Amino acid sequence: MISRLLSAVGYATRGTLVNLGYAARSFVTVLRASGAVLRRPRLVTDQIHFIGNYSLVIIAVSGLFVGFVLGLQGYYTLNKYGSEQALGLLVALSLTRELGPVVTALLFAGRAGTSLTAEIGLMKAGEQLAAMEMMAVDPVRRVVVPRFWAGVIAMPLLAAIFSALGVFGGYIVGVQLIGVDEGAFWSQMQAGVDVWQDIANGVIKSVVFGFAVTFVAVFQGYEASPTPEGVARATTRTVVIASLGVLGLDFLLTALMFH
Amino acid sequence: MSNLVEIRDLHFRYDARPILSGLRMDFERGKVIAVMGGSGSGKTTILRLIGGQLLPQAGSVDVDGQTVNKLDARGMYALRRRMGMLFQHGALFTDLTVFENVAFPLREHTSLPEELIRSLVLMKLQAVGLRNAASLKPAEISGGMARRVALARAVALDPELIMYDEPFAGLDPISMGVTANLIRRLNDALGSTSILVSHDVNESFAIADYVYFLSQGAVVAAGTPREMMASSDPYVKQFVHAEADGPVPFHYPGKSLADDLGLGARA
Repeated sequence: MISRLLSAVGYATRGTLVNLGYAARSFVTVLRASGAVLRRPRLVTDQIHFIGNYSLVIIAVSGLFVGFVLGLQGYYTLNKYGSEQALGLLVALSLTRELGPVVTALLFAGRAGTSLTAEIGLMKAGEQLAAMEMMAVDPVRRVVVPRFWAGVIAMPLLAAIFSALGVFGGYIVGVQLIGVDEGAFWSQMQAGVDVWQDIANGVIKSVVFGFAVTFVAVFQGYEASPTPEGVARATTRTVVIASLGVLGLDFLLTALMFH
Repeated sequence: MSNLVEIRDLHFRYDARPILSGLRMDFERGKVIAVMGGSGSGKTTILRLIGGQLLPQAGSVDVDGQTVNKLDARGMYALRRRMGMLFQHGALFTDLTVFENVAFPLREHTSLPEELIRSLVLMKLQAVGLRNAASLKPAEISGGMARRVALARAVALDPELIMYDEPFAGLDPISMGVTANLIRRLNDALGSTSILVSHDVNESFAIADYVYFLSQGAVVAAGTPREMMASSDPYVKQFVHAEADGPVPFHYPGKSLADDLGLGARA
């Protein structure tokens, strides 16, 4: 019984390590093939436009509502200590350090990530990638790499839009609806938010999440079984792995940045 | 060398399941050669081995003197530039128009000016009768038309070797005849060599110079269409005349019906 359990654990561990090793090798392959996009930047800009369009509305609306909630919750908490003047600071720090990069990455995984996986998976199922190979065109360079870099570039831009609209949402609820002093709201924010410690670290987080989420999405699409069921499973895996990866990486990065 | 493609002692299997065993085939330059056989006989696998998308466990596939299964990635891509392949369902890029699909290999492999690309693409589309469908998306055209667009794309770079994977499958009789004529005309106009994988006897025999019959991963008969029509080989006879009885069994091999119904002891 114990030996069977051990052998099952060993088998699963070995399988996981093999998969991780394969994914790591694929990541290096994508990075090494990235020179192709420098020669044809249009392939990346087209994808940024595409991915941005996919995610912009959901990111913008979510950012605004998260800002509303932060304004409300922040006011209720700060009001207990008579510190509601610091509402602007609380909203801005929450968004730039944590919520902006993390929620954007989670939404990006659900919206653009699944779309990338399904698109590449269906191209594989429809023999489009095989046709490309037979036309002496490397699908990694032509399909995977432009989408990967587009995601990496789009993520911090979307996170910035999320945070900016979140701050605006906090302002609407805190200042316009509840009546927190407008001067205090903005001046405390200006004085308390550090460009390097807060904003730059938030940007670094969103870039790292961009690498992680987009790589998971394109990798799952490229490795999907070329069947409807295979593409469906790959799309689900993208959401699960990318979301858990973002949360795990967020803890790691926060521990490194703000210790 | 008169053969563009030579296959020698080729063995290929998926995991433990043998697909091709000891295959030897020659594909003469300038000819249309049909590879025929029932489903699962290994026809499409041969095309993928010639194109280097699969690698054999033993034996060799030579294209114009280069052993495909020994080429590195760079060599493989260089060789593929001289090949064109028509996939069974066309494999058109669904996000591009008909025009952009045909222009794709030209844009990827040449730095021709836009005007010249436009002229070349329209000429290829004219050859397959779809010049006026240039602005349509693949979802807006029929299956037969998609196959013709894929054919125009396959010959966009005037390849020396064109491979067709079941080009007649699922086509109506008119589209089938049109496609067959196109394959022959394009082969002769471009001076290419064509390998035609099909199980459609009438259309293949009408345009092929030479025919190979495959069964269970090995060549069971070969010759001109006329020789095959007159052949007394039981497999060829069964295939060409679409007979139910013959060496190819209707039932998947295994236990008898009597055994499955528990009647074995009484019998």
